[in-house]
Amino acid sequence: MSYRFLVNGDPVEVEVPGMRRLLDVLREDLALTGTKEGCGEGECGACSVLLDGAVVDACLVPICQVDGTSVRTVESLGTQEQLNDLQAAFLETGGAQCGICTPGMLMAAEAFLATGGPATDDAIREAIAGNLCRCTGYTKIVEAIAQAADRRRTTGFGPA
Amino acid sequence: MTRILPPGTREIGAPDALVVPPGSATPGRIATRGPLRREGPAKLTGLAQYADDLVFPGAWYGATIRSIEPHATLLSLDLDDAFDWGRVVVVTAADIPGDNVVSLIRDDQPILVPVGGEIRHQAEALCLLAAADRETLRAAKRHMRVRTERLPATFDPLESTEEFSHLEVRQGDPGAGFAEAELVIEGTYRVGHQEQLYIENQAMIAVPQPDGGVTVHGSCQCPYYIHRALKRALQLTDTEAIVIQAETGGGFGGKEEYPSMIALHAALLARKLGKPVRMIYDRHEDLSATTKRHPAVIHYRTGVMRDGRLVVQEIDVVMDGGAYCTLTPVVLSRGVLHAGGPYRCPNVRIKGRAMATNTPPNGAFRGFGAPQTEFAAEMQVNRIAEALAMSPLELRRLWAYRDGDTTPTGQVLRESVAAIEVLEAAAKASDYARHSEQTRRAREARLPGARLGSGIGMAMGWHGAGFTGSGEVHIAGTASVELTDAGTVRVLTAQTEMGQGTKTIFPQLVAGELGLEPEAVETAPQDTSIVPDSGPTVASRTTMVVGGLLVNASRRLRAQVEAVTDQPFADSYRDFALEHGSLRIDERFEPYPNVQFDDETYTGDAYPAFGWACAVARVDVDLDTGEVTVRDVVSADDAGRIVHPVLAEGQVEGGTLQAIGYATIEEIKLVDGRYLNDRLATYLIPTALDAPRIEAILVEKPFSGAPHGAKGIGELPMDVGAPAVVAAIHDATGVWIHDLPATPERILAALTGAPTPGSPGVSEPAPERGAT
Repeated sequence: MSYRFLVNGDPVEVEVPGMRRLLDVLREDLALTGTKEGCGEGECGACSVLLDGAVVDACLVPICQVDGTSVRTVESLGTQEQLNDLQAAFLETGGAQCGICTPGMLMAAEAFLATGGPATDDAIREAIAGNLCRCTGYTKIVEAIAQAADRRRTTGFGPA
Repeated sequence: MTRILPPGTREIGAPDALVVPPGSATPGRIATRGPLRREGPAKLTGLAQYADDLVFPGAWYGATIRSIEPHATLLSLDLDDAFDWGRVVVVTAADIPGDNVVSLIRDDQPILVPVGGEIRHQAEALCLLAAADRETLRAAKRHMRVRTERLPATFDPLESTEEFSHLEVRQGDPGAGFAEAELVIEGTYRVGHQEQLYIENQAMIAVPQPDGGVTVHGSCQCPYYIHRALKRALQLTDTEAIVIQAETGGGFGGKEEYPSMIALHAALLARKLGKPVRMIYDRHEDLSATTKRHPAVIHYRTGVMRDGRLVVQEIDVVMDGGAYCTLTPVVLSRGVLHAGGPYRCPNVRIKGRAMATNTPPNGAFRGFGAPQTEFAAEMQVNRIAEALAMSPLELRRLWAYRDGDTTPTGQVLRESVAAIEVLEAAAKASDYARHSEQTRRAREARLPGARLGSGIGMAMGWHGAGFTGSGEVHIAGTASVELTDAGTVRVLTAQTEMGQGTKTIFPQLVAGELGLEPEAVETAPQDTSIVPDSGPTVASRTTMVVGGLLVNASRRLRAQVEAVTDQPFADSYRDFALEHGSLRIDERFEPYPNVQFDDETYTGDAYPAFGWACAVARVDVDLDTGEVTVRDVVSADDAGRIVHPVLAEGQVEGGTLQAIGYATIEEIKLVDGRYLNDRLATYLIPTALDAPRIEAILVEKPFSGAPHGAKGIGELPMDVGAPAVVAAIHDATGVWIHDLPATPERILAALTGAPTPGSPGVSEPAPERGAT
């Protein structure tokens, strides 16, 4: 079967079985390895991507459900030379350590920031509750997201 | 009292250490925040290359066939004739050219169990398969038959007769101590397995080389462990066995020794196949087969005087090593050496033994034996405070080590003792005295049928920095700083980055010595064909030991260059390189001055220095359900001179949350020696919602033996979080939970007198079998 959708704004078409995981399509068919696999059963959130703006675990989404949608991955954010404001906040606060949860964490945070709701400690923790991190104790991740929310509010800079 | 220290100052045995409030940029520190994480931009953009992100054209997929019996004889491995085995490569023990052992401490663990050999645990590797695609591999696994004959299995370390190691530490006269003591408190504490749960599963890719050698890329802490294991099993030379670390998504000890096994498996398949083989574990296989924190049963008998003085401690530690030795003797040793807690006591006897059971081998995990014994030690302190009707804070003030005190191995703590400083810092930041008065009043005023209890709890700990005893002398690691002929400065060590910040602090330390910006210093890749063996990335030794070697190497490099150029290094090194070519300084470990340990008698300086920590936790306990909410934790940690405050705080915050998981929810249940909750859906770790607010306070009491004054920090917070939480549960409920984790089941059992759940870490027997 053939499936067409947008990845980070670019149209793509893949010829794969309909039950192939979005995670494998991204990583193996499209060579977008920024999205990580941690558990393969929707528990850790390392494979979080945005599907039409909503956070999903790419390991639980068969590609047939992606047809006609828009997928955003970590590769859509800033570049190494020009990090976006959220990535920069993670770098400055120490929100990334081993980095394996980071792409998924960033996408969950982007979805949260896009809601424009108040970035309280509780709200941030709720927004990333599906993304496990074993390194940071979450303290600096929450701090980074709050910092990015604050900057977006004061500068009027919206999500990329 | 806060003292501001100018950079480079060393205060030996200062009465008051520098206490740094979290997030503050205190003037006069080596660094206010430190440089940004070196590999951060690559990780934040998804460009960092972890093992499973690496592409090797033509690579096949590897799989491991494992035992499903805890103890058995392997009778045969049968290939089902109905399957086309021409599409698959099969490797058995007979394919191993060299020794069939995973080389570590004792040569007991086979790479693959040979036919006719003994299977000693449920997840043991029996043979290997590789196929060009995953579907063929799955089909091949289904057509592989394993025939075994079951043998009797042992699951309880207390019933095991097979010992990996034992040791005893003794000081003073315990018998006389008990005769003198006015009050004797006893307790038995049990802790179960804990999984490291790095979010990146274990992964290795082996690439066969034309010269008959093999190059292995993968997720690991210790490339040279793998290098040695490959050489021995595959009969390779130093240059034929090459190990290259990929970006590593967390380790916490779990990637200290097990990666050697996976690398051997991948390499055996790749050499037989003649193509690269990817051995990437999924979470289920990782949880089922890889090492865990050692379960332990720890008995204390402590004698005190009515005025609170500590007179005698008698401690018995039994650890469950699982089926093979791995690093168990060293884990036991660290557990025993820390079991007395950071307290002076004239009469001490600590005995430890590590036993074999038919469960998957246990291994390294952050803290390495100390979190087990320090949980028990701190439970004991808090229970004694209750028995004496003293504040746990006051009792610790009375007992805590000061400069000049002597530990149970006879080590005189000459300097860098910050027990009192961390205690006072944590007590102050948590407002311990006021909150504990509040929770006491609330508990006393509580009506029967109340639904919620709140409590505050405290625990203190110490952690020996670097390897135990003569470990560093035996390792004799070498680290290098090189001025290349291209005029760049680069650091060469085998120290891996796994999130803790090696790639950031090494350039920072070297640049600081050379008068350069950190960005001007490069780090060579952790590739055994490029970097020297500076020892494993374990034991909180990277900053203190290897960082110290780099500081010394940098000083020598600077002096040599400046002697020629007669100008500051920063202004002249590029010209020097153009004119004279490269200059590389290899710095080999020399014993710290006046640090001596006798491995035979277990006396002397067990560690060159200790880090000190104190945690205060506040919890709410639902008195109907036993559910615990950890609200906030203050952790004050002394690691000597702090090189990079943001990274150091990250270690404290992350280690604290792992300790809270250990205290409350992380438990492995076993039946017939097999882990039951071997998926991430059933082995739970704290989420952002479960995590408390964590306040990290860095206390700096420099260590003069290290040129930069730093001690280790990684493991320290892991030692104190769990007993602080359990003390807070007691404050909230009035009951002591002696076994970890303090689950709702255990808390309700203690509150209601209902039967307690079984011992953590001990397997239930096999269910009764039918006629099959």
